[in-house]
Amino acid sequence: MSWPILSTLLIIPVFGSIIILLINSNDDIGRRNIKTVALYASIVNFIVSLLLWVNFDIATSSFQYVEQYYWLSENITYHVGVDGISIFLIILTTFLMPFCILISWDSIKEKVKEYMIAFLILETLMIGVFCALDLVVFYLFFEACLIPMFLIIGVWGGPRRVYATFKFFLYTLSGSVLMLIAIIYIYIITGTTNIVELNGYLFDYSIQTWLWLAFFISFAVKMPMFPVHTWLPDAHVEAPTAGSVILAGVLLKMGGYGLLRFSIPLFPVGSFVFMDFVFVLSIIAIIYTSFIAIAQEDIKKLIAYSSVAHMGFVTMGIFTFTEQGIQGGIFQMLSHGLISSALFLSVGVVYDRLHTREISVYGGVVKKMPVFAALFLIFTMANVGLPGTSGFVGEFLSLIGAFRINIYVAILATTGVILSAAYALWLYKRVVFGVITNKAIEELKDINAREYVILFPLAFLIILFGVYPNLIIELTSASTSNLIENYNVAVDQYQSFINVQNVN
Amino acid sequence: MNMFIYMPLLPEIMLSIMSMVLLMVGVFRKNENSYEIVSNLAIISLLLITAIILSGSISDGVAFGNSLIADSFSQYLKILILVSTIIILIVSNIYLKNIKLLKFEYVILILISVIGMMLMVSSNDLVTLYLSIELQSLPLYVLASIRNKSSKSTESGLKYFVLGALSSCILLYGLSLVYGYSGSIYYTDIASTLVDYEVGILIGLAFTLAGFAFKISAVPFHMWTPDVYEGSPTTITAFFAVAPKIAALGLITRMLFTALPGLVDDWQSILILLSILSMLLGAFSAIGQNNIKRLLAYSSISHMGFALMGVINGSIEGVTSLCLYLLIYLAMSLAIFISIIALKNGDEHIENINELSGLSKTKPINAIIISILLFSLAGIPPLAGFFAKFYVLYAAISVELYYLAIFGVLSSVVSAFYYLRIIKIMYFEESVITYDPVSKRLNSIIYVLTAFVLLFFVKPSIFISFAQAASLALFS
Repeated sequence: MSWPILSTLLIIPVFGSIIILLINSNDDIGRRNIKTVALYASIVNFIVSLLLWVNFDIATSSFQYVEQYYWLSENITYHVGVDGISIFLIILTTFLMPFCILISWDSIKEKVKEYMIAFLILETLMIGVFCALDLVVFYLFFEACLIPMFLIIGVWGGPRRVYATFKFFLYTLSGSVLMLIAIIYIYIITGTTNIVELNGYLFDYSIQTWLWLAFFISFAVKMPMFPVHTWLPDAHVEAPTAGSVILAGVLLKMGGYGLLRFSIPLFPVGSFVFMDFVFVLSIIAIIYTSFIAIAQEDIKKLIAYSSVAHMGFVTMGIFTFTEQGIQGGIFQMLSHGLISSALFLSVGVVYDRLHTREISVYGGVVKKMPVFAALFLIFTMANVGLPGTSGFVGEFLSLIGAFRINIYVAILATTGVILSAAYALWLYKRVVFGVITNKAIEELKDINAREYVILFPLAFLIILFGVYPNLIIELTSASTSNLIENYNVAVDQYQSFINVQNVN
Repeated sequence: MNMFIYMPLLPEIMLSIMSMVLLMVGVFRKNENSYEIVSNLAIISLLLITAIILSGSISDGVAFGNSLIADSFSQYLKILILVSTIIILIVSNIYLKNIKLLKFEYVILILISVIGMMLMVSSNDLVTLYLSIELQSLPLYVLASIRNKSSKSTESGLKYFVLGALSSCILLYGLSLVYGYSGSIYYTDIASTLVDYEVGILIGLAFTLAGFAFKISAVPFHMWTPDVYEGSPTTITAFFAVAPKIAALGLITRMLFTALPGLVDDWQSILILLSILSMLLGAFSAIGQNNIKRLLAYSSISHMGFALMGVINGSIEGVTSLCLYLLIYLAMSLAIFISIIALKNGDEHIENINELSGLSKTKPINAIIISILLFSLAGIPPLAGFFAKFYVLYAAISVELYYLAIFGVLSSVVSAFYYLRIIKIMYFEESVITYDPVSKRLNSIIYVLTAFVLLFFVKPSIFISFAQAASLALFS
């Protein structure tokens, strides 16, 4: 038996947080040690997660690194594994975590110990979400993420943090409780919650739509999709920088991942029936939230609304059920994970200096922070979807997918690209260019070594994936085509079933 | 005459003898430390009895002419009752010293009530059922008002007594109707003679369940709960929240499953109503509460609604989920009550939840523990409370009561709100009160219970198999 690498990934952060728990945090040295331990734990976890990639077999669509142990019963087991869809999300999680700890190095001064423990536990839970192959195990990790995130926003957040964190917690909880009922129902009628076995199970058509809805509500809140997106801007604005990074970079991806892992393979007919519904919601999200983003006065809020718009591309791409669309959706998730994290980190960099996120306070930053301005330009352009950046590939592929299915959807979604250029470039202009009117800007210093270490790798990866997207696409292709194949078989059966009924 | 026919009831017999002996000890040692001696001896004898039951040396069987039964179901619940009593007595030693209420009668009353509870889960006919309930209730009325200098405590005792007596009347009336229409007091005989569908027995059933609903404070018979919880000494509140509830649910389950399995549709529909109302009212009423004991009273009403889902299921899975729920509920509630008892400033114990503000600064470890417990009460995974809810929801869904499950999860979202409110007060607000250091003994109990809640997910199958073994007895 090979080394249980996924369990190792899950345990290392827990182990790190136990060590942190034992360190005395009353003096500066102790606090420094805590941060160092957290950083090392997250870096080690990142390196271990790279092993997943190195040994990954791109030819097969089945799960790899599978571990299965008896847990609640014979058929509710601790079952983990990765395939092409989940592997890069795990690596994204482990990749972003060291940056989260680095960006908080100086800005978090209170309760450092609890802060680092919350982040490391959150890392374990997020990895667990992406590698769980059992519905109950998945639900466990999915819901448990609420606890550390609730505390991160509530304890270390901004002035309206209580409102924001309650909204975040209650929205997500009420979305996902119905999924719990659906999971229990699935267990009762099929006798198992093992995803691999369930993939071949054909649910009754009338039940499928209900189950699909129960799962969809929970993923739609997490995504977030219009009209349940309103928690996101509040949570983003109030969360500390690292919290925003994790929220935008990883937690939002759980929604899209859930759709790919559960909604489509388990309920293909449900997905088929609700396809147009999802398109409508995605288009509204893309256009409506882009307009809202233009009007924002707060940098973080602007990026938060742009996240909702970009997530609209993900759902649209996934629900085209074409090779390009789904690849595009997956790629967009990864690229948005990098771009929005980079944008939030950039905001964190200037926020640490000026302690405000009001756009009107800034202006002329380029004169004092040229390196920052250059990096921020790359991130802004990637957010717009400029060719050569990873943002372009994701949007382009999902738009191709949409054109093949429904030309109106594609045309409306394309306006979103233009709108994103409007709000992102205008934001860049107002923050970076112009005359310096604010005295505080005069005294700004350019990014230091620590911030350079944080921002540069992200810029590099965004351009790398933009120029050479095949790095990701070859990983995901086997799983994607398998997904589409199964979907098409199920939908063909359904359509012939409907035809037979109509004839009768 | 063979003494061994009483063997199944050895724990109850031992406890009865012990409580009489301790009463004598208390009466004749009229000095300061009589409380301490009585209490410590009581703890030791309860530990001994628990060990005897756990060792499996109590044989299953019936005693006193089929009136009382000992099986794995009753043993399981007896262990839960005994363990919670031991914990309460240990905590009481510290708490009563602090509020200067060292009366040895307190211990004796608890012991007598525990005998009643143990007989409740063992009762196998209508007469022992009623007698054991009364044996359990009478000492509790006194315990509620034991702080006789406080008007709230006296009020709560009186309220509890008047309403409790009324509910006993209703229960007795119901039982007499069941007896009248079935012609027997024995559960098994009732089950076999009840072939004809009679309106009278339905009325009897409704009255009986109304009486039971009072004992487990299910809505709409819950009115006494917040007042009694608020007025009683906190250790007694913790006791009320756990042990009598376990005993009463065990009693209902045994009676409904062995005496009235033929009326399953009828008692199911009554219990569904009780369950939904309890979950919803418990969730919504707690939102406005600022007194922490009242808040926990509503929370326990809501939890009883969930536990009833297990009874409603009507099959072995349901009883398993009920047994598991009671175990986890015991750990969560006791831990949260002890955490509250542990926080004091001089002889002032906290009452208002705003007094918890800033606890994360002044007592970080206690704050973390209370948060874990509250998240668990809210049913957030991976804590034990999630598994409790998971299994009762499973029980409800497996008999296609989807609306019951949906009411359940929605009310758990509402109750998450008020649990989060307490966490918010502890973590997001500035501290107002400095607390005395927490006693080591209390802390160690809290640690053990919290470790159970926190680490339950690592190997849940141990406890699930206990619960399964317990529920099997009702269906053999």
